[in-house]
Amino acid sequence: MPELIFTIKNKVGLHARPASLFVREAVKFQSNITVLHGEKQANAKSILNVLALGVNQGAQITLRAEGPDAELALQALQTLIETNFGEAE
Amino acid sequence: MKKIQGIGASRGIAIGPAHIFAQEDLKFSAQVVADPETEWHRMRTALQTAQMQLKEISTHAAEQLNHQESAIFEAHLQMLEDPELQAALQSDILQERKNAESALIENTERYAAQLEALDDAYFRARAADIRDVARRCLRILLGKPQPDLTLHQPSILVARDLTPSDTVLLDKSRLLGFCTAEGGSTSHTAILAKALGIPAVVGAGEAVLSITANDRLILDAHHGTVLVEPDEETLQHFARAQNAERDRAAQERTHATEPAITQDGHQVEVVANVGRLDDAHHAVELGAEGIGLLRTEFLYLDRQTAPDEEEQYRAYKAIFEVMGTRPVVIRTLDVGGDKELPYIDLGREENPFLGWRAIRMCLDNPEFFKTQLRAILRAAVGHDIRIMFPMIATVSEVRKARALLEEARAELQHAAQAFGEQIQIGIMVEIPSAALMADALAKEVDFFSIGTNDLTQYTLAVERTNKRVAHLSNALDPAVLRLIARVIEEGHKAGIWVGMCGELAGDGRAIPLLLGLELDEFSMAPSLIPHAKALIRACDMDTCRKIAQTALNLPGYADVESFLTASVSAS
Repeated sequence: MPELIFTIKNKVGLHARPASLFVREAVKFQSNITVLHGEKQANAKSILNVLALGVNQGAQITLRAEGPDAELALQALQTLIETNFGEAE
Repeated sequence: MKKIQGIGASRGIAIGPAHIFAQEDLKFSAQVVADPETEWHRMRTALQTAQMQLKEISTHAAEQLNHQESAIFEAHLQMLEDPELQAALQSDILQERKNAESALIENTERYAAQLEALDDAYFRARAADIRDVARRCLRILLGKPQPDLTLHQPSILVARDLTPSDTVLLDKSRLLGFCTAEGGSTSHTAILAKALGIPAVVGAGEAVLSITANDRLILDAHHGTVLVEPDEETLQHFARAQNAERDRAAQERTHATEPAITQDGHQVEVVANVGRLDDAHHAVELGAEGIGLLRTEFLYLDRQTAPDEEEQYRAYKAIFEVMGTRPVVIRTLDVGGDKELPYIDLGREENPFLGWRAIRMCLDNPEFFKTQLRAILRAAVGHDIRIMFPMIATVSEVRKARALLEEARAELQHAAQAFGEQIQIGIMVEIPSAALMADALAKEVDFFSIGTNDLTQYTLAVERTNKRVAHLSNALDPAVLRLIARVIEEGHKAGIWVGMCGELAGDGRAIPLLLGLELDEFSMAPSLIPHAKALIRACDMDTCRKIAQTALNLPGYADVESFLTASVSAS
């Protein structure tokens, strides 16, 4: 199962707009995508789950994907995180 | 007739029927349902209806709001589509046979509680968004209408308080005024009222909520009163006052472009606070003799990357061209931890107003700061431009800022770029330490501009945006007035001019007092200029100086307020 580890560097962490963008990207893929943060884990396609992780700036998260487009999904989310969610608008 | 006392948050009188914007109690009972399939269908239909409503709102919002605000609706939509929430609802209804209402509230409350448990205010605030969405769905399930912000006739809006999302839907063309139970003079409602130029009475307490739809109201923002179902005589009285006010405003408009000279021939400058290009046009029409405060934040907020030199140059140039040869005081970037700039990590601070903001942040980011300075210097060619540094607390900060300005000049020279040569350099005096050190600071700069909003907040140790203490914040407090007097006096001793760009400068009650303290320049919202000029023309300096001396020696702001009101009616 492909897995990637990231540090969230944008100012506010995974809250508000970044969380929205993250979920909007995740729902484009068929695979199940999980975000792990500390002891909590969340469905990457659920805004409520992602918000409830409380991922602050500087936090480390792990993304895990399982399904036919798992690699692609992780790549897309990686791009989003590494460009600090700056691509849209 | 009933009289309710609140805080007048803007000027003017409004007369009209009440439109009630109520946050109603949505009651329901938890039940075990006989037919879970039908109940699940009901739930899904409600979610879809809510989605349609939100899509309509967000389309509407995109036209009116900035990205950050319309993003709120985007997040609300995602919550409705949330697969985890849907799965939980489905299992609660189909397996546990809960009714849709209780399944909805239990699950959304669970998420809201999780967010509220996080130790970060940004996340905790999202709990309100979840509840907002849940209430929308609940109203649909209960067959209750969504709150109606469409005005069918010109009306006065009565509400507990308004959020930014409420105001998106508000039909401003038929809005006569606002009356709210909560909020202070710096609340969102108050700011909106000032921007729209309509009367508002805020913080009028629970009594406001007893007003019923279509009650006839008189809103007197001058005195912060609301009269409910007035008698005919009172109504006539206020209708006359309203007409007189309109006539006077029209009269003042016709003289707006003439200078502001007191009865005994003392001239002061009346200029505008401007936040973007549109304001500059508006300011010139309303008689602004220049710009006393050009805020540059508009270029920096609501975007993912910093504006480059070229973009800034074009934006400043466009505004300078509207002003022609009139003087423009441009303030360098003034943001801090209460704002969000994705491209600079401002961090989240416990005390953003005492934190890493404005000049402090700029001095720590010299390249970023010099980009702005170079853009200003280049745009200044052919105009009378004055650069103002915000949040100056010490002499050494001014020296550092000036050194960076010199570097920016040298860089332009080196690149053979044209730039403005005759530029005055000044500081905003808004920190008590700067006011106390005014004599030393005056030797370093060409002018002072007093920012009364922050000066008041820092002098009285009252956070402007904190509801519970906001009433303690008053720029007419003698402590603040004494600092203002000192700044003007020390500025004049050193031969520099002193202006004011805080709200006090446009406050009609304070104008004689400020004239008496020998203020040289009054900078205010463009809409206030015609009236301020008319007030100045009615003053004479001898009386004003006496008013100032008396006010400085009164014990509290309430005494100053009543003294100023009394001296206006005496003259």
